[in-house]
Amino acid sequence: MASFQQRDIISIRHFNKDELLYILDLARRMEQMDHADLLKGKVLASLFFEPSTRTRLSFESSMKRLGGTVIGFAESGVSSAAKGESLSDSVRIVEGYCDIIVLRHYLEGSAQLAADVAAIPVINAGDGANQHPTQTFLDLYTIQKTKGTLEGLTIGFLGDLKYGRTVHSLAYALAHFGAEMYFISPPSLRLPGDFMEVLKDRKVKCHENESLMGISKRLDVIYCTRIQKERFADPVEFEKVRGIYRLSKAMLEEVGIKDDLKVLHPLPRVDEMDDSLDATDYAVYFHQARNGVPVRKAILAAVLGAIA
Amino acid sequence: MKHLDVAAIKDGSVIDHIDSKSTLKVADILNIQNEEQVVLVGVNLTSKFLKKKGIIKIEGKIIDQKEANKIALIAPNATVNIIKDYEVVKKFNTVIPEIIEGIVKCFNPNCVSNHNNIKTKQHVVNKNPIRLQCHYCERIMGAKDIVLI
Repeated sequence: MASFQQRDIISIRHFNKDELLYILDLARRMEQMDHADLLKGKVLASLFFEPSTRTRLSFESSMKRLGGTVIGFAESGVSSAAKGESLSDSVRIVEGYCDIIVLRHYLEGSAQLAADVAAIPVINAGDGANQHPTQTFLDLYTIQKTKGTLEGLTIGFLGDLKYGRTVHSLAYALAHFGAEMYFISPPSLRLPGDFMEVLKDRKVKCHENESLMGISKRLDVIYCTRIQKERFADPVEFEKVRGIYRLSKAMLEEVGIKDDLKVLHPLPRVDEMDDSLDATDYAVYFHQARNGVPVRKAILAAVLGAIA
Repeated sequence: MKHLDVAAIKDGSVIDHIDSKSTLKVADILNIQNEEQVVLVGVNLTSKFLKKKGIIKIEGKIIDQKEANKIALIAPNATVNIIKDYEVVKKFNTVIPEIIEGIVKCFNPNCVSNHNNIKTKQHVVNKNPIRLQCHYCERIMGAKDIVLI
């Protein structure tokens, strides 16, 4: 296993199974122990060119809980990008002020570009529709905690599979664990063909469906995603698929599910998941959001070389 | 006496067996417009292997394997002959490199390489059929997606 020290966290594709499990184990240790001074004196720059609540705040919370400090901005309008500064230049400037950069950007590949430019580690907090690796670590952590294992599960990905970066990252990661995958979406939001090809090359059993009917009883986990209005160039296309899936307690019990089904969602939700699910044992999405802190603490501590 | 469709050069490089339709793109990649000595470009020449082929002869320039490999994506059958005093002194084939830089545009309109002034870069994940993975956005291009810059 390669060391995490000073390593960029850009794409889940860059990590093998042992490395994924190492971070999950470290996250467990983070939940069990007090690490208040682990990153004392370290500075994280949080560069968010796109809106975020969970990712940005859980990174900030993680850094502060480890004794570090945070600088940065939460929207591109208040950065020099608004004056036309290139991303490369922004990164070159900011790296002089901090020990690690967390970057969210609307263009795919922006995190890799930043990592190529910066001498300090860069963590991808979401690059367009491409990857969101730290979300994947916390999704894996949540599945492992709630299902007791990551091995051999049957997962249904539901919603926007075309633009949903969390789906792309998680599907790659679960390929290491012998998962069978159902991709449930309207035809216009199917998983891009090149992603599907890679999964098939890795011998993953993949299926494409347009609804849960007939397959719901096979699923151990449903990973539900929001249909992201902001990714559609054409609002007419968005209206065609808006509200197409609405998970509720009654709906799930009507189509038939396993008693120990778990429903994850990277949040925010709009109308694809009804409040009636919240109080059930199926719903683990709020735990999932909370797991962002121990997982991101683990990643920050490992990358900054504070823990082995 | 052997008839030549394109005149011989004394010292330099001959890129032969280019798919005829790709000849001018190869000339672009080799940046021949900035050459100061004689450059001869022939298209639609008769070929045993390709039916019609292109050929480029550059006087006074020795192309090495690395430079030749830049054209391998669009001219996979091309051969390079190094000429000295009208004789072929070295001959080699182009080989698709592991990394392609500054030649292919990423097909993903939302890729950072299409919005910033940076050199495009792809990793060759498969040579036959060709599949290129963008270094930045990770999307994988097949032959039908390849657009040269």
